[in-house]
Amino acid sequence: MKAIAKRLITAAAVASLMVGAAHAHRAWFVPSATVVSGDNAWVTIDGAVSNNLFFPDHRPMQIDAISITAPDGSTVKPANAMVGQYRTTFDLKLEQKGTYRIAQASNGLNASWKEGTETKRWRGTMGDYVSQGIDKKPGVQLTTSSRRVETFVTNGAPTDVKLTGKGLELSGAHPNDLYLGEEVTFKLTDNGKPAANVEITLIQGGDRYREQAGEVKLKTDASGAFKMKVENAGMYWLEAESRGTTTMEGKTLSSMSTYVAVLEVLPG
Amino acid sequence: MRKLLCLAVPVITAGAAHAGGIELTVEIPKLSVAEYHRPYVAIWIEDASGKVAANLSVWYDVDLKDSEGEKWLKDIRQWWRRTGRSLEMPLDGVSSPTKAPGANKVTFPSDKGALATLAPGDYKLIVEATREVGGKEMVEVPFKWAPGAEATTSAKGKEELGVITLKLTK
Repeated sequence: MKAIAKRLITAAAVASLMVGAAHAHRAWFVPSATVVSGDNAWVTIDGAVSNNLFFPDHRPMQIDAISITAPDGSTVKPANAMVGQYRTTFDLKLEQKGTYRIAQASNGLNASWKEGTETKRWRGTMGDYVSQGIDKKPGVQLTTSSRRVETFVTNGAPTDVKLTGKGLELSGAHPNDLYLGEEVTFKLTDNGKPAANVEITLIQGGDRYREQAGEVKLKTDASGAFKMKVENAGMYWLEAESRGTTTMEGKTLSSMSTYVAVLEVLPG
Repeated sequence: MRKLLCLAVPVITAGAAHAGGIELTVEIPKLSVAEYHRPYVAIWIEDASGKVAANLSVWYDVDLKDSEGEKWLKDIRQWWRRTGRSLEMPLDGVSSPTKAPGANKVTFPSDKGALATLAPGDYKLIVEATREVGGKEMVEVPFKWAPGAEATTSAKGKEELGVITLKLTK
């Protein structure tokens, strides 16, 4: 009973995330600094889903789903966490030198089928998919979904961020080594493979003060690479969405991945 | 007495001439602002390809409790990116306290530290200053490094730095 209830909650959360995306709400984590120095380095981080960047006005990020990965790959717990009406805020002490990854990532399996005129939806594991007979539903469509919202903070020299190989991820140029006037090449991967021809949206924070958000559309090439050069220093919201196929337990199914990174471009 | 002084002077000059190197004057402007803090300043030499060839000085609050001054080193942005972030501070012979407004003269002997191994060629000396609740500025002074040569070049900042004079001495 408890498991079902939990699954329902998860499903509801995912559904609301998807609705959120459809209504152009934007999820983000914004650190108080992306480049820090010294032996007692702290940053404070806000996480929210909002319309304007980066002003919390809709709902906070869920604190339990946040994962912080230290340069050595270990997991760090958020400090002084507080979930408010519109935003979640927490602190991070950067005990190690190198790059920390602050993320909220989720993976799931979604099925949908028709019963009469009604569209039924289901979410669960591959095992449940078979044991609950979902795979026998008429015209069932199975999709894997993955979603990642993240940002990065570096104490001292930047270190490589190890990819998880799940969903869309960013590699190539270092996310904490971005400076005005320089063109960088990033690479997008989906489940560890190059994410080709994926459209990317880039918006600078502070769109509340502009009549037009001035969003820039970029696209990955066949190798998943894309170039980025911005006109102003500042905090940027980068979003990508990819649809493809993936193999799971011998079955080929369609996949949908969404990705958000908040990147700071520093002045020269 | 006067004679004695005259006698002493040539000895000192001879000593300096033996070492030679870079005599640098960094002018920190006197600013009339509500909250003034002395700037953090980094001085380094870059080769023609933009690589750091010598890390000469970093002026910051070296004596603050718990190395609190190091927290703001990243604000000397270009220095931090090019060399600072890969260093373990404080750095012997490089870390130094902040300096007061005025012309600050510093000398770097050619037989010591990074200059001792600097190959002859074209370089830029870069001074980057950043001030708490203030601005940031970087001034570049190009020079030719050839041991034994004498030359003077200078450049001027607009906001956070005044005249920077680089004098090469034998």
